[in-house]
Amino acid sequence: MEILDPLLLSRIQFAFVISFHALFPVFTIGLAAYIAVLEALWYVTESAVYRQLSEFWVKIFAVVFGMGVVSGVVMSFQFGTNWSEFAFATANLLGPILSYEVLTAFFLEAVFLGILLFGRDRVPRGTHLFAACMVAIGTFISSFWILAANSWMHTPDGFEIRDGIVHVTSWLEAIFNPSLWYRFGHMGLASLLTGGFVVAGVSAYFLLRGRGLEMNRKALSMTLWLLLLVAPAQVLMGDLHGLNTFEHQPTKVAAMEGAWETRQGAPLYLFALPDADAETNHYAVGIPNLASLILTHHWDGEVHGLTEVSADQRPPVAPVFWSFRVMVGIGVLMVLAVLWGLWLRLRGRLYESRPFLRTLELMIPLPFVAVLTGWFVTEIGRSPWLVYGEIRLSEGVTPALTGGMALTSLLGYVAVYAIIFTAGIYYVTRIVHAGPGEVGPVDEPSHAKRPFSAADIPFDEDADSSNLSR
Amino acid sequence: MELIDITLIWLGIIGLSVFMYVLLDGLDLGIGILYPFAPDEQSRDTLMNSVAPIWDGNETWLILGGAGLLATFPAVYTIYLPALYLGVFLMLAGLIFRGVAFEFRFKSSRTRPFWNAAFAGGSLLAAAAQGFVVGTYIQGFEVEGFTYVGGPLDWLTPFTAFTALSLVIGYALLGAAWGILKTEGLTQRWLYRLAPWLLLLLVLCLVGISVWTPLTQERIMARWLDNWAVLWPLPALGAAATVLLWQALRRRWELVPFFSGMALFVTVYLGLLVSQWPYMVPPEITFREAASAPESQLFLLLGVLLLLPVIIGYTAWTYWVFRGKVRAGAGYH
Ligand code: HDD
Ligand code: HEM
Ligand code: HEM
Repeated sequence: MEILDPLLLSRIQFAFVISFHALFPVFTIGLAAYIAVLEALWYVTESAVYRQLSEFWVKIFAVVFGMGVVSGVVMSFQFGTNWSEFAFATANLLGPILSYEVLTAFFLEAVFLGILLFGRDRVPRGTHLFAACMVAIGTFISSFWILAANSWMHTPDGFEIRDGIVHVTSWLEAIFNPSLWYRFGHMGLASLLTGGFVVAGVSAYFLLRGRGLEMNRKALSMTLWLLLLVAPAQVLMGDLHGLNTFEHQPTKVAAMEGAWETRQGAPLYLFALPDADAETNHYAVGIPNLASLILTHHWDGEVHGLTEVSADQRPPVAPVFWSFRVMVGIGVLMVLAVLWGLWLRLRGRLYESRPFLRTLELMIPLPFVAVLTGWFVTEIGRSPWLVYGEIRLSEGVTPALTGGMALTSLLGYVAVYAIIFTAGIYYVTRIVHAGPGEVGPVDEPSHAKRPFSAADIPFDEDADSSNLSR
Repeated sequence: MELIDITLIWLGIIGLSVFMYVLLDGLDLGIGILYPFAPDEQSRDTLMNSVAPIWDGNETWLILGGAGLLATFPAVYTIYLPALYLGVFLMLAGLIFRGVAFEFRFKSSRTRPFWNAAFAGGSLLAAAAQGFVVGTYIQGFEVEGFTYVGGPLDWLTPFTAFTALSLVIGYALLGAAWGILKTEGLTQRWLYRLAPWLLLLLVLCLVGISVWTPLTQERIMARWLDNWAVLWPLPALGAAATVLLWQALRRRWELVPFFSGMALFVTVYLGLLVSQWPYMVPPEITFREAASAPESQLFLLLGVLLLLPVIIGYTAWTYWVFRGKVRAGAGYH
């Protein structure tokens, strides 16, 4: 029975739970940085606008962070349940790295979050700002460690394998492996883009409806300046990341480019239907020589093709090829959007242009799509390897796992996440619709230190306000 | 290197973290288990508020336990999780529902019954799943080398079902003791009435397990019989804690039930460890065989020694910042 293959089901399950999890941190990392900036501006200028903005975004941050935490707890058990052979073989290396994430980041975030959410009137202003910065730094530290683990699986270094078990020979080389900084940089910028485009989109939403004009203009203007730097930087960073991958995982890049034969002066395909059986593309439309130019910086540079390795060492081409195009396409759209914004700003029409504001509003989901497709490129492009060149996917899966167990848990996670995700998204939209409140002293909620209790918007329409914590 | 036995140090740290988790999350899971039986909706508010500020931090211990086991005793991580596959899924599903119910319940009215059920059901599920882990630990795992080769439902036997029931009752007792400490009036009176029954049931369960286990496991029987001369203080202390708890409940003391309840848990936990020592994955793998490479254990130990004091420092500081709130807040009496 094909469908009950534990390996395939485990892959689907892993892809599902981690994609679900990744949506939350990628947003909270960017948003935490934004909140820290707002708090710093409020500290320096004492202008109420910044505090009002910060209080509004902290509410959203709290809910998204809470969802990130519950989905993250699931992640820490996935390696053991479905990939026990892999976990056992790599525990010497990945175990300490993941533990350092808990020690250096999770406790930091969890503790200072309490101060950020509920401590405004309990600690001196400087301390409150400090807490905001610690939360922001904590989110970056956790992405550093998790990306160190992930990058090691793509470009393993600093280890040797004895009796099938990974032993670390150099912690520095293992942690700062060849793709770490590229991936960390690209992911960091992706988080800023996600936070930035969501804030810009929500501000545009309010401006279109004429609500909170002063505040939302400020927010839009701030984020567009930031995005003007970050969006083009991401294109550059993506290029560097790709060049690094070209050096270490040429087969993955061949799949991204849809390149079957090794050739000089390879074209960049805009459209193609890759066909793995025939080892060719159908209906290919490409720009001649451009792939060679990008990857080798020579008009006639050599680009490796997939057929250089045997068929059992190639990743599935079509998903990699298409995910890559979606991500890059969104990256280009983002650059165009920020340039449009600059042009409007120079002409003094930034806050009035309805088509522009409407576009920003519609762009809110795009960074999330780019992040997911980006991960699809990276991860699917790695197969059939789990640890590139060392451990195959089929060698990593839990031997005792049956198809029935894997299917049960997969369906279970889909059901649980569907409920939680719907409730969470529904609630965040309610907070957004309620809009930022007025400036003024905020009452302390009676139950402190829980992420969501920072948000005092009722969950259902008819919630009786006496139940609320305000 | 010979002077310091890193593996033994790690055994201590992990053993302590697991126990920290059991005590801390045990009491808030216990609150969730008792929750549907509370006299009225207002008591439910109070009960939930009594654990609201702490459950989040408590769960970070679970994550640290998971990652720490992978780093220092990988065989435990990679045998327990596959062996308990479906149980682990149920536990995580329970923890998810319960985690978000904390948050959404206070802000809802139409959907409140749903979030109430999610909180109670999630807590019960997570507690029972952990009870199955304990039962499986006593019962042992079928392994070949370092790979689990047993079936998907080996963890589901009458014995493990009994340990699951016992842990649910135990957590409920811890929760009740915590509730007595944190509440007053109607809620507290209800808990004073309930707790002795929970204690009675728990004692019956513990006696049951203490008879059932040695009858089925010769090795454990031999361990206790051969070493009775040194081991007798454990059950004796357990009995003393029980008597103290009983007295404290009868005399309506507030603080003592919680601490004597914890003491009872300590003796049971030590008893389990003694039964299985030195096996971490009984009946085959000892803690030394389960350990990761010394370089890895050392690398992480340095970090723990350096960072744990810092973490404890800033955790204590936030508790201090919020010190007044626990008493003053609306739902907090
Ligand atoms: C807002 C998100 C976003 C945007 C606009 C882009 N990317 Fe990206 N990309 C990611 C978010 C992302 C990511 C989610 O962060 C990934 C997945 C894993 C990683 O390291 O970053 C990624 C992976 C990724 C990889 C795979 C690296 C590997 O082999 O592991 C390449 C080559 C690029 N990107 C290149 C680009 C280029 C050339 C872009 C611009 C036009 C671009 N990305 C825009
Ligand atoms: C296998 C991979 C992963 C595992 C095992 C994992 C594990 C976890 C866990 C257990 C939590 C909750 C921690 C808490 O209690 O505060 C969490 C949250 C978080 N994770 Fe992950 N995670 C993974 C992937 C990622 C990725 C890819 C990123 C980003 C690059 C990331 C960044 C974060 C951040 C910033 C948080 C804080 C909560 C939030 O912002 O929503 N994690 N993760
Ligand atoms: C956060 C965003 C991530 C996404 C969206 C993602 C997505 C995916 C996808 C789609 C697969 C399936 C690949 C295939 O079928 O060939 C996969 C596999 C996997 N990824 Fe990731 N991944 C992410 C991050 C990570 C991280 C941080 C780690 C490790 C620390 C990791 C480790 C793995 C493992 C162990 C597998 C299973 C083997 C495999 O199927 O490739 N991934 N992931």
